Amino acid sequence: MTATAPTRRPARTAGRLRWSLRLERRLEVPRWLPVATTVGAVVAALVISGIVLWIAGGDPIAIFVHIARSSFGSLGVLSDTLVKATPLILTGLACALAFRMRLWNIGAEGQFLMGAWGASAVVLIPIVPAGAPSIVTIPVMMVAGMAAGAAYGAIPGLLKAVRGVNEIIVTLMLNYIAFLWLSYWVFGPWSEGGFQLSRPFPPEAWLPRLSDAAEAVPAFAGLTVHLGLVFGLVAAVLVRFFLFRSRRGYEVRLIGDSPRAARYAGIDVTRNTVLVFAMSGALAGLAGMSEVAGVVHRLQQAISPGYGFTAIIVAYIAKLHPYGVVVASIAFGALILAGREIQPSGIPAMIQGIILFSLIASEVFLRYRILFERRDA
Amino acid sequence: MSDAPTDPRPLAVEMRGIVKRFPRVVANDGVDFELRIGEVHALLGENGAGKSTLMNVLDGLYRPDAGEIRVFGRPVEFRSPRDAIAAGLGMVHQHFALVPTQTVTENVLLGLPRPRFRLDAGRYDDEIADLARRHGLAVDPRARVWQLSVGEQQRVEILKMLYRGARVLILDEPTAVLAPQEAADLFRTLRSMVADGTSVVFISHKLAEVARIADRVTVMRRGKVAAAGIPIAETTTAGLAHLMVGHDVLETIERTQRSAGPVVLSMRDVEAEGDRGRPALRGITLEVHSGETLGVAGVAGNGQSELAQVLTGLRRCSAGSITVNGVETSSRSPRQAIGQRVAHVPEDRTGVGTAPNLSVADNLIMKSYRDAPLARRWTIDSGAVRRFANRLRETYAIAAPSVETEARLLSGGNLQRLILAREIATQPRLMVAVQPTRGLDVGAIATVHRLLLDQRAAGAATILISEDLDEVLAVADRVAVMYEGRLVGLFDAEDADVAEIGLLMTGGGAPTAGTPVSAPGVP
Amino acid sequence: MDPTIILAAGVASGTVLLFAAVGEIFAERAGVLNLGVEGMMLMGAVVAFGAAVATGNPWLGLALGTLAGGLLAVLHAIITISFQAEQVVSGLALTFLGSGLARVLGEDLSKAGAISLLPKMTVPILSAVPGIGPVFFTDQSVLVYFGFVVVVVTWYWIGRTRPGLHLRAVGESPTAADSLGVDVYRLRYAYVIVGGLFAGLAGATITLAVSPGWFGDLTVNGQGWIAVALVIFAQWSPMRAAVGAYLFAAIRRMLIDIQGPEQIFGIPNPFFYDHTLTFFLEMVPYILIVAVLVAVSGEALRKRLGAPAALGIPYVRGERGH
Repeated sequence: MTATAPTRRPARTAGRLRWSLRLERRLEVPRWLPVATTVGAVVAALVISGIVLWIAGGDPIAIFVHIARSSFGSLGVLSDTLVKATPLILTGLACALAFRMRLWNIGAEGQFLMGAWGASAVVLIPIVPAGAPSIVTIPVMMVAGMAAGAAYGAIPGLLKAVRGVNEIIVTLMLNYIAFLWLSYWVFGPWSEGGFQLSRPFPPEAWLPRLSDAAEAVPAFAGLTVHLGLVFGLVAAVLVRFFLFRSRRGYEVRLIGDSPRAARYAGIDVTRNTVLVFAMSGALAGLAGMSEVAGVVHRLQQAISPGYGFTAIIVAYIAKLHPYGVVVASIAFGALILAGREIQPSGIPAMIQGIILFSLIASEVFLRYRILFERRDA
Repeated sequence: MSDAPTDPRPLAVEMRGIVKRFPRVVANDGVDFELRIGEVHALLGENGAGKSTLMNVLDGLYRPDAGEIRVFGRPVEFRSPRDAIAAGLGMVHQHFALVPTQTVTENVLLGLPRPRFRLDAGRYDDEIADLARRHGLAVDPRARVWQLSVGEQQRVEILKMLYRGARVLILDEPTAVLAPQEAADLFRTLRSMVADGTSVVFISHKLAEVARIADRVTVMRRGKVAAAGIPIAETTTAGLAHLMVGHDVLETIERTQRSAGPVVLSMRDVEAEGDRGRPALRGITLEVHSGETLGVAGVAGNGQSELAQVLTGLRRCSAGSITVNGVETSSRSPRQAIGQRVAHVPEDRTGVGTAPNLSVADNLIMKSYRDAPLARRWTIDSGAVRRFANRLRETYAIAAPSVETEARLLSGGNLQRLILAREIATQPRLMVAVQPTRGLDVGAIATVHRLLLDQRAAGAATILISEDLDEVLAVADRVAVMYEGRLVGLFDAEDADVAEIGLLMTGGGAPTAGTPVSAPGVP
Repeated sequence: MDPTIILAAGVASGTVLLFAAVGEIFAERAGVLNLGVEGMMLMGAVVAFGAAVATGNPWLGLALGTLAGGLLAVLHAIITISFQAEQVVSGLALTFLGSGLARVLGEDLSKAGAISLLPKMTVPILSAVPGIGPVFFTDQSVLVYFGFVVVVVTWYWIGRTRPGLHLRAVGESPTAADSLGVDVYRLRYAYVIVGGLFAGLAGATITLAVSPGWFGDLTVNGQGWIAVALVIFAQWSPMRAAVGAYLFAAIRRMLIDIQGPEQIFGIPNPFFYDHTLTFFLEMVPYILIVAVLVAVSGEALRKRLGAPAALGIPYVRGERGH
């Protein structure tokens, strides 16, 4: 008997061709594709943001130009951009590290605040006596900030490791708790004259800035870039070293990529969960310390315009790579800086959301190919 | 062919010239199959023979590349299982498609247009209980599926099909998950359904059961029909086993004389539970010496996976002892197993054996990264890693642009080379290799075998677990056969009788239980 | 610190959490995690309030606010179901997007005047029932009564109807459902959008019934996240979610009221004398949520119950050889 392949019903509309779109799973991914999709996604996001702005009655070109100019237009604003980027680098590293192990640390904001509180406690309680030199005060503040952040990060880590509690919600709740904790101290025991600020820190508790050296180098006058930036850059190098050169970091990457393979390789996931969450918290805590010691020089309620949340997007754009985090942080620092002057105030957040959305949508191209097919109707 | 002229019963299902290809293999190569109304027709073959594929084609899950199907005389073209169900065919797969948290009734009603809106469980409970009783499938319709035993869950699957008016039932390895008593109940049920006019296709690899329940049998081997529609009365188990397992030896491998050394692995009365809580290993006792390869033959699902997991620390054993190099460790972690120099080439290359998005180098160090020279206190020496990885890449001819390439871009054969390279580099005392050549092409298969034999020459003890009897016979020194969680035979490879092994693999023949067979020369 | 007032207030503002939680239950029961609830609520709130200000018609605001939430959910559905992207990240992105967009749209609304709210009513006979009457049926917004209806309908829909059967199957074993002809993709789309509509409704409830006015992100102030947590506490049951929502809101109200009196049970009220201590009071709800989650994690393990088995996992149909 002759074998016939199953045929579709004979086309009554024979002769008419139809195009159709089909998604087919990719078997391999060219090297250039991830970069291309990331760039493409960001460009698409900017275009979409522009359209939304235009619909809302704004002038997108003017807004984008304004953002560019007020972030990179001169040495002064460049310095301001870097100041905004500094906490982003550290919190971005915090998120990238945790996400590498598929731990959704949405609590970088709260860990940032606790770090700020811890560092402030050194000066305001005080833990280090007043008048102690910076060489003592600053490192103690750093340690305090990181310890506070680490402890705060260890909480969701432990809960997840031991009880499997959803870390997304726990870290989110902890964010609110941290903000309230901070508020208590700022409105209460440490309040300066009844206002919602603490008293200013003594100069020994200030992170050195470029403008400190203005006498020696006149060009540095007015530049507020501070040592925190160095913390960020050093941290990026250290995190990269940790992830790619240390045994623990290797385990973290393996767990994140394939928990089953990690188990097969004999790795202890529980211990790593707590450790990575604590490390993540420490980084965010250091960001908080750098912000109070390097920028505002006091503890106040409003020290973060959402660094911990923007950090999530930064980490994602950087594809969780430490050096990418530095680059993305500068870009978003610009957005935050310029965003302060943009009306309406929700535009930077909106753009961030569109970018993140665009990024995850673009990942479909990494998994599937789009095929245009001609089919007989 | 079948003796059609003397049998007046019309055909329920007729499949002619079915061809089904997958990316690397032709699963069905011009297969003909007939099912008469009111008969139980067994479809016999090893894993990979093509029987499940054939029935998936019939059931509408796959569309054939060529061939014709007729159901009750009418030609049909199924686009999905729904079409098959509408035509009166119902398939019960090995892995049940049930919703564990819902009741039996809810599972049976799922997807049906009735009831229109309100779910009056009570009314349907009774209707389904009635249907169940009529067919001898006792099950409580109000019970939730996760509370049911596996046998009862299977009954729910059958009920689903009967409720939809299936006149043809296709069962894929139904007894693989059943206890003997449950299997007996199932057979009783099938007999009564058949008396009612239902036709049954019974896919299996177990000869004893096929002999009990089937009217006719079709044997498949490597995608083709080896024997079609033979009345059971005209067969012998030995003959069927021979047809199933075949005779070809694919390769001749030069082997050095075995020089077996001291015992490396000793298992005594090891028992372990499977994932569903049913016993998977029932009293395994064996010994493997250094420099020898023990092949474990058997059809997948008879405890082989659990055996490998117990040896490598991925599963606890509930009784018995395992001794590696004199160190007794019955329940240990993978970390401890690795510490005892037990290497593991896992079944699941991509899900367990490698991390797809990490580099080749990162995958190669998975077992060695804790020790010198790769590790220096807390860090990993990247230079040493690179050298190590490149050396392995060359030695084992892992085809990848560089050691930084991501593992998921490697072909199956290269992935397996990677895994073997990694495991062998740990200089294991015991190597557990599970289905190492599944899905590989001929060249890659030869490479894997050569590597295993090299290990043997180097003095490692190897356990090779494989469904491919030819492979086991070619590579192993001794062959054990696993069936339903027990070791039912232990032979020297040279003396092995393929027919007898085939018989043991399928449940025929007397099991040799309990006593360990030691190396020759030792009383 | 009148218990009746506190409970009644709990029912009133808990309705917000109720709507959001019910919407999330639908989505998660179908197997899709929606973490964009906060953003959808913000959009619902601002659109509802803005429409009510512009047209003077709160009902129109209600409808548009609900729709706004649904539209955002369409994005989430496309990304997570058709594109099979990571559901967690998509939800977060939507929260950013919704929050930012809401602030953009609501730019001038904080100065807007008073609007006419949705009507309140007292149910005639039921409000006289001792204990329950004054709490549930006296002088509550129509949305509160709608909330009662929603809970019952949701419970009935999920547990007692054929569509509900399919919903549950899709979230527990999409493979089983698919094999029997249930359209997994279409159902997931539908329920994710339903979840978004409810989230939008929740946001509209805030600005049209509970605390009218637009205050940027503070309008919702984390209630979307609390709703997601409530779903876990409720073990995906609408009745339990309602209890949790009302209780939680009541506790919040109580924490506010505690600050009032000079004395509590005869001892001086610390919160009256030192107002900075109220920050700790405000922490209580969040700590409570964490505690509840920890408690529930043990219970779920013990009772072999838990999230819909396929929650968070994109469904990919197995090979159909064409």
